[in-house]
Amino acid sequence: MDVSITVNGEQVSREIEPRQLLVHFIRETPGLTGTHWGCDTSNCGACVVLMDGAPVKSCTILAAMTEGHEIRTVESLEVDGQLDPVQMGFHETHALQCGFCTPGMLMTARALLDENPDPTDLEIRTAISGAICRCTGYKNIVSAVRWAAEYEAAAKQGV
Amino acid sequence: MQTPASFEYERATSVEGAIASLQRLGSEARIIAGGHSLLPMMKLRLANPEHLIDINDLTELSYIREEGDEVLIGALTRHVDLLKSELLFRHAPLFRDAEKVIADPVVRNRGTIGGSLCQADAAEDLSAVCSAVKAKVVIRGAGGERVVGMDEFHVGPYVTAVGDGELLTEVRIPLRQGGGSAHEKVERRAGDWAIAAASAAVWLDAGRIADSGIALSAVGLTTIQLSRAEELLFGKAPSDELYTQAGEIASADCSPSADGRGPIDYKRHLAGVLTKRALLRATARAIHQEV
Ligand code: FES
Ligand code: FES
Repeated sequence: MDVSITVNGEQVSREIEPRQLLVHFIRETPGLTGTHWGCDTSNCGACVVLMDGAPVKSCTILAAMTEGHEIRTVESLEVDGQLDPVQMGFHETHALQCGFCTPGMLMTARALLDENPDPTDLEIRTAISGAICRCTGYKNIVSAVRWAAEYEAAAKQGV
Repeated sequence: MQTPASFEYERATSVEGAIASLQRLGSEARIIAGGHSLLPMMKLRLANPEHLIDINDLTELSYIREEGDEVLIGALTRHVDLLKSELLFRHAPLFRDAEKVIADPVVRNRGTIGGSLCQADAAEDLSAVCSAVKAKVVIRGAGGERVVGMDEFHVGPYVTAVGDGELLTEVRIPLRQGGGSAHEKVERRAGDWAIAAASAAVWLDAGRIADSGIALSAVGLTTIQLSRAEELLFGKAPSDELYTQAGEIASADCSPSADGRGPIDYKRHLAGVLTKRALLRATARAIHQEV
């Protein structure tokens, strides 16, 4: 079947099998291997992308189901060389080691801050509770999201 | 790589259209909504539908509203909306108890109440929740609608009263005076299936239990309705001792199997403890000691 899916603001049109999962559609699009494919069972969160602004696990959605919706992947965070505050936070607080979980963590964190700009540590932990990190022990990831929240609050006040 | 077997895909543009497709395709067709129960089964080739009918565009099936003496929930209502609904929390707080611990927040953005109920997995929470509050479901086919009580909804493991050519469209929660409800679950970590879970609702009249609903998840082949415990409670005043007895019935009447989540003894023990806790909390809510 032919599908046309909006990924990071661009229409990607391709012929696919109906059984193709969104994660594979995205990764087979040139230049978009940032979305990671981990457990394949909606447990690890490495494949999280935003669908109409809400985080979803792209290993458990058919590509065909997303036609007509806006998909945002980790590649959309950096704009013209300027990192998104959540990326800056991960950099500042050393919130990644191997980096495998990072794309999903970043997109989950971005969606959280879009909905709740000032989350508590518990709210951050709840938001990322569907994402597994085998390296960091999560502490620095929580710090990174807090760092980004504070950075964005300061930027808003023009400090 | 886990990939489902091949199938044909179509998107429904109306409830009638979805039902017409289901009628035409018969038992080879399945409805897909959130897909977070069905797609994992398809990846494991435990489900191999030849046709998928995607109902995600049928936004008319996504609502939570009060009408007469019922709260009506559209089948396409997602877990995240059940979690956030103040209306539902006010009338049936066990939904929020359950939704806080169903899967994880990202999965809750997709999964739906209709999908959860139709999957009829014994470890799934909403089946027990709906049983405890004595919900009814609306099933629509070519010949019109029928309304089925939760006590008749589960036909067996993964099998429900929804037949070929039919679509579950709505869940109805009756509103009755003096009620309180709660859901208690123990899981190993966020997103895992329950080791055991218990849903309870009680309706009090002049300090006595006029009616109750108790159901267990994950400790048998299907959701277990504890009718022996419900009979025990009938007409009695709530007490710690009475609920301990109800818990003992729960331990005896469930039929868990041993797996990586624990041995049988442990699960029976949990079923008892969680039943008692759910009853205590439901009662406290019924008499407004806790919200
Ligand atoms: S690959 Fe999707 S949740 Fe792990
Ligand atoms: S940084 Fe290695 S899995 Fe998270």
